[in-house]
Amino acid sequence: MSLRIVVTVKYVPDATGDRHFADDLTVDRDDVDGLLSELDEYAVEQALQIAENADDAEVTVLTVGPEDAKDALRKALSMGADKAIHVEDDDLHGTDAIGTSLVLAKAIEKAGFDLVVSGMASTDGTMGVVPALVAERLGVPQVTLLSEVSVEDGVVTGRRDGDAASEQLQAQLPAIVSVTDQSGEARYPSFKGIMAAKKKPVQSWDLSDLDIEAEEVGLDGAFTKVEVANERPARTAGTIVKDEGEGGKQLAEFLAGQKFI
Amino acid sequence: MAEVLVYVDHVDGAVRKPTLELLTLARRIGEPVAVALGNGAADTAATLAEHGAVKILTHDASEYADYLVVPKVDALQAAHEAVSPAAVLVPSSAEGKEIAARLALRIGSGIITDAVDLEAGDEGPVATQSVFAASFSTKSRVIKGTPVITVKPNSAAVEAAPAAGAVEALAVTFSDQATGTKVTGRTPRESTGRPELTEAAIVVSGGRGVNGAENFSIIEALADQLGAAVGASRAAVDAGWYPHTNQVGQTGKSVSPQLYIANGISGAIQHRAGMQTSKTIVAVNKDAEAPIFELVDFGVVGDLFDVVPQLTDEIKTRKG
Repeated sequence: MSLRIVVTVKYVPDATGDRHFADDLTVDRDDVDGLLSELDEYAVEQALQIAENADDAEVTVLTVGPEDAKDALRKALSMGADKAIHVEDDDLHGTDAIGTSLVLAKAIEKAGFDLVVSGMASTDGTMGVVPALVAERLGVPQVTLLSEVSVEDGVVTGRRDGDAASEQLQAQLPAIVSVTDQSGEARYPSFKGIMAAKKKPVQSWDLSDLDIEAEEVGLDGAFTKVEVANERPARTAGTIVKDEGEGGKQLAEFLAGQKFI
Repeated sequence: MAEVLVYVDHVDGAVRKPTLELLTLARRIGEPVAVALGNGAADTAATLAEHGAVKILTHDASEYADYLVVPKVDALQAAHEAVSPAAVLVPSSAEGKEIAARLALRIGSGIITDAVDLEAGDEGPVATQSVFAASFSTKSRVIKGTPVITVKPNSAAVEAAPAAGAVEALAVTFSDQATGTKVTGRTPRESTGRPELTEAAIVVSGGRGVNGAENFSIIEALADQLGAAVGASRAAVDAGWYPHTNQVGQTGKSVSPQLYIANGISGAIQHRAGMQTSKTIVAVNKDAEAPIFELVDFGVVGDLFDVVPQLTDEIKTRKG
């Protein structure tokens, strides 16, 4: 029996670009280059490693996003995923985390799965709650924020490094895992991988394919509303001194003036 | 007056500081009702009452320690049903966010994570968030259901506000999902004796310029003079010089202390995302062009191996 792995990925505005909001207070995707969220590369990597260690496995990469989000799928396919699913629909514009988890859960169910692998958070929204929400919707165990993960005999195990303790976790498949940037460097696509990716199947689904009504998602379906978004005023220029032997003392003087010492 | 549920983060009954900050924020919206779960839950009562909890709902069961997240969601859902609160506030830890999200989905509510401020509004609580590596500040509301909001550490002052703090047992029935993910082992973090990174009033961080694990001792020495937590940039963590639990930045901790001291850190967007909201920022870096200097209130262009020990000694001298 083939191990069916679905990796959820997000196409995000480049974090090193000049990110800002559109007029409707959604994330502006037009004026900044997009790419596969860096934190999702770790998910693709771990999914590929789990697949390589299984007798028979298939890795499907899934995204929900606009037309350009295909770039993220293409990157994951060139890393080695077998096929891709793109959920795209104009009515998805402005969907929040609760809505996104609905679309992902329905798509994952339709695709069929034994294991879902996600990143720890997106680099734009940075909430880090979608894997837990998808687990709640699918009714499967969440084995999240893992720095180490493995799958054997239908059981997923992993290490979750928390603030207070490091925990060993274990759950039966089907399950959803999320992995951190500590789980292992993501591979670079090879030239061969990039060429092969061009021939790999990318399915497109819209909301009707998933039996989701337009009003359940998008800005209208959102459970939260951004009312104001203001660019943080630039910090007022500080004092910068060159160390000529007294730099540490000058810094101490500043800290004393601010009552830190 | 409306009640506000506050999820208590505690270790065997010792309440962690972010929960006390939540009580300060909860009192702006209504009367705080605390929910404390697991071993030592009842021991939290005195501290919580001192800081404004009118009621403390407690429940202890082995499930809270033996299984991940879901038992706590079940309990918080039971508390939500019992209290019908105006809002649910949860500390913005990794686990807190997961608990809050699943609760929100179950009760048909929206969720806002990582709020850095919270105020009462005509149409419900308004949460301030710092987004896009803290280059924007947003104000948001939950517009469906009971607002579920997670709040970052250091978002409010801890205030004494004695309240009744009546302890009541919470009745919890665990769901079928509760035992889905088993915790088969737990290794507590070794205590460094320093403050928790996200809770510290002062953070002293080291980056690429520290140039080796052994050199972090000079960062630690400065931190200890200031009673500060120690942070590290991703470059320093990836090089294996300092543990990932101390990483400040997009994929590590996000900190907002009174004072942040960046040593040998260039200030890439990765790092800025985690410290840009600090009240006062100072930096020591050899490179006068380093982007970190765009953020600082005071910067020293110089070799950290000269400047930092001199600063540490000077603080020692001044303290007498």
